Amino acid sequence: MSTKQFLFSGFGGQGILFSGKLLAYKGLIDEKQVSWLPSYGPEMRGGTASCSVIISDDPVGSPIVSKPDVLVAMNLPSLDKYEDAVVPGGIIFADSTLIERKVKRDDVTVYYVPATKLANDNGTPTLANIILMGKILNVLGDFDETSVRAALGKVISARHADMLEVNLKAMQIGADYE
Amino acid sequence: MADKVLMKGNEAIAEAAIIAGCRHYFGYPITPQTEVAAYMAKKMPKIGGCFLQAESEIAAINMVYGVSSTGKRVMTSSSSPGISLKSEGLSYLAGADLPALVVNVQRGGPGLGGIQPSQSDYFQATRGGGHGDFHMIVLAPASVQEMAELTVKGFELADTYRMTSMILADGTMGQMMEPVSLDFDIKEAPEKPWATTGTKMQREHNIVNSLYLSPEKLEETNFERYEKYKYIEENEAMYEEYMVEDADIVVAAFGIAARVSKNAVNEARSRGIKVGLIRPITLWPFPTLPFKKAAEHAKQFISVELSMGQMIEDVKLATDCKVPVTLCNRVGGMIPSPEQVLEAIMEADGGVK
Repeated sequence: MSTKQFLFSGFGGQGILFSGKLLAYKGLIDEKQVSWLPSYGPEMRGGTASCSVIISDDPVGSPIVSKPDVLVAMNLPSLDKYEDAVVPGGIIFADSTLIERKVKRDDVTVYYVPATKLANDNGTPTLANIILMGKILNVLGDFDETSVRAALGKVISARHADMLEVNLKAMQIGADYE
Repeated sequence: MADKVLMKGNEAIAEAAIIAGCRHYFGYPITPQTEVAAYMAKKMPKIGGCFLQAESEIAAINMVYGVSSTGKRVMTSSSSPGISLKSEGLSYLAGADLPALVVNVQRGGPGLGGIQPSQSDYFQATRGGGHGDFHMIVLAPASVQEMAELTVKGFELADTYRMTSMILADGTMGQMMEPVSLDFDIKEAPEKPWATTGTKMQREHNIVNSLYLSPEKLEETNFERYEKYKYIEENEAMYEEYMVEDADIVVAAFGIAARVSKNAVNEARSRGIKVGLIRPITLWPFPTLPFKKAAEHAKQFISVELSMGQMIEDVKLATDCKVPVTLCNRVGGMIPSPEQVLEAIMEADGGVK
């Protein structure tokens, strides 16, 4: 049995909930049990936005992630708030463009990805979250283009269907980043 | 799994209601249930239905009364403070024996409270929901799939028994997304010969009303209604049992609290503690049977709630207070962690030995 608990966190507007949804849909397409729970309320307007995603082989119990296996921190307040919550041996992905400090813990694996800078350089400043997602899936050994493409198709609204290839390219940039 | 879609609990309720044939929705926005109204606003006009944002919660519930009088499936949704505003209408619906579906996606209280999840409207929902002697059928989903299924079930029960079904969910259930299958076998709604649909000069007038100035007549309607309630108590209780057969300790929890508790039960079992979970799916009628059965072997019950201890009273009543029942809770929008529930189980285990 395998269960992975993800916590995505950042500023409102960085696509935190979108990232979580993308991962959840990918899980669904991969025939896993999944849950997605956003933080909701006033903190979404300008402050920290976060969402819990659980991908499991078994039915998901509590959908609330308080001890993530994987923390995705897209700004400093998120890292400050959740760094200590990550389980020992867990993984932290940090957007190093916006988070200047290093992770203090030495019992977790950390990937620093300058996602915001990579997104700007690529001419897609709004896709830092997707670039980071590329890295995440690559590290977790889960970057399967077929299911990624299908998941993107589910979360990108029909109105923005032309953004699918752009998202895929952004994801590849993240996956290729060393 | 190909037929499953990811949906928020609130959206699943709205879509399931439409599938169940509901074409009339009246509401007023309030966090954390606004997605129900938003979904209806988008969908209803496209399928010839009616979405109407009323000027207040009170107006919305009375619009429900009006449409229900015509025999059509109708619903409203709100969150805790908004449900309080609807309580007059809930009582009138009961007094007029009208079917309706009412959704309460609870938030912390009392008063305006907060917007985070809560289960503190348990008393309000299960003890009637307004003035006078009455009950609503109260359904407590613990997954997005159940948000959809119990919505369909709620309409069916409401029509069968001519009463209000309430979905008693919480902010987590409303906001979370899970895979959901919307492949339902929708039963035909029963005939409603009482509906006010026009006599066409071929029958007596139907009158929908909750006013009885004769105390004898009013007493009679109350007695009759409680005969019906007795039948429902004996026939419609729903629950889930998890590892209860050999349990020394039994956790009682519904909705999100049951999800959290299941994690704790699994962890405690892995440590060799004999613990199980009873999850009421109907809160009224309360499923007394599994509790009575469990009280024969369990040495302690733990009621896990997002309230100051409301369902705990029904657990005590169901077991005739034969076994001690303790409370494990968080309130105000906070949710107990699996660790907190596990701690309560371990403490109980210490006492049991």
